[in-house]
Amino acid sequence: MTFLSNFQVISTNFVYFMVGRWPEGPLGGLGLTMYLAVASCILSFVGGLILGLLSVSRHRWISWPVMLVINTIRGIPLLMVIFWMYFLLPALFGKGFPETQTVILGLTIFTSAYMSQIVRAGIEGIPNGQMEAAISTGLKHWQAMVYIILPQGLRNMIPSFVNQFVSLIKDTSLAFIVGVSELTHVGTQINNRTMAFPTEIFFFIAVVYFILCYAFTSLSRTLEKRLSWRKAI
Amino acid sequence: MLSYKFDWSIILTGQYHDWLVSGLKVTLQLSVAGIILSFLLGLVVAVMRMSHLKVFRWSACVFLEFTRNTPLLVQIFFWYFGSYKLLPTVVNEWLNSTSFEFAAGLIALTIYTSAFIAEDIRSGVLSIPKEQMEAAQSSGFSYLRAMQFIILPQAVRITVPPLVNQFLNLAKNSSLAMTIGVMELTYQARQVESYTFKGFEAFTAATLVYLAISIIITFLVDQYNERVLKLHKAA
Repeated sequence: MTFLSNFQVISTNFVYFMVGRWPEGPLGGLGLTMYLAVASCILSFVGGLILGLLSVSRHRWISWPVMLVINTIRGIPLLMVIFWMYFLLPALFGKGFPETQTVILGLTIFTSAYMSQIVRAGIEGIPNGQMEAAISTGLKHWQAMVYIILPQGLRNMIPSFVNQFVSLIKDTSLAFIVGVSELTHVGTQINNRTMAFPTEIFFFIAVVYFILCYAFTSLSRTLEKRLSWRKAI
Repeated sequence: MLSYKFDWSIILTGQYHDWLVSGLKVTLQLSVAGIILSFLLGLVVAVMRMSHLKVFRWSACVFLEFTRNTPLLVQIFFWYFGSYKLLPTVVNEWLNSTSFEFAAGLIALTIYTSAFIAEDIRSGVLSIPKEQMEAAQSSGFSYLRAMQFIILPQAVRITVPPLVNQFLNLAKNSSLAMTIGVMELTYQARQVESYTFKGFEAFTAATLVYLAISIIITFLVDQYNERVLKLHKAA
């Protein structure tokens, strides 16, 4: 266990781990990881909501194709989705596409598919009587969905959303593969430069991810407890 | 986009086709070996997690939280680049004499998946009424023997569908092993792309293979749920 004595490599590179070359250069390290995670989380929340609502549609010509898309995305690895974006976007737009945006788009598409299943489960978890009561008071189906079902469903979905955010933080490490200098990439860079401390560097990175993810996992557990208490009333 | 000429023949026959097939083989090897090993490790962790001894419970908890809250990619890098300082020399020499990339990928995937499997097994065990354990212990079984002969056989039956889903996750996660040079399916698709510039064909092929694996496994889980679990409930 000599490796514990060599953590100097971490302290000398600590700022680089946290923010990369910022403020002189572009943001990197943990800062970029958080940026990727938050940006894709917001986008995939919207995407998941739309896909989820479409997938519970009463019209089969809407719900079936949407379910097909969702299940296709869920059936392939995230790495594949990112590669697809990496090759597809330049081909579609005819010019180079920034890597950071490529990754955000890939993460968004991938996570939207999973979020849509949370939304779907949340909607289906609301008793049928609510929809019937809403419609019998004169609301249209979409109004009942937007004003009655969704607000209740969304509250129950919050812990699952937080869990999905944790997955998203972990998934941002795949941005490494297309050369976005987030935390994992910074770690490999420093490892390539210093050569001698791979154990320390990757252990440190794992700990940083752990602190971040564990905080949100705990938050989700607390929320779950509190929500089940409210539901009991 | 319009100027791109599709040429599907390169992935249907010839050298590049063989690359993709060999990649699929490695993916399947990783997944099958990984699921067996992580089932065994997950079983041990799950039993430790439910143990009466605080030491076991705590170490299982730490293992679970740490493995589930760190990215798989970082774990793969840790085992590939960093494990030599932690392992005894004998093990290192043995690992270097074999294909170390494959071993490191397998270790990381096994550990990562075992954490999820342990939780699946635990929730399976918790769904068995606790009177079963009490009855087993009062008829003379020790805790471990009661687990082995009474609780786990029933729990595993319920745990089969989530386990099979973990196999699917494992097959998808094994694509990350390409980052350390394991020549699995995604690696080979990338390789074909860089040799031929036929990225669309290569990635379409790989995507379809992953989809086929997902569809087969989802179908099997549905069948199992339909046939076995319903019978089990009726009994």
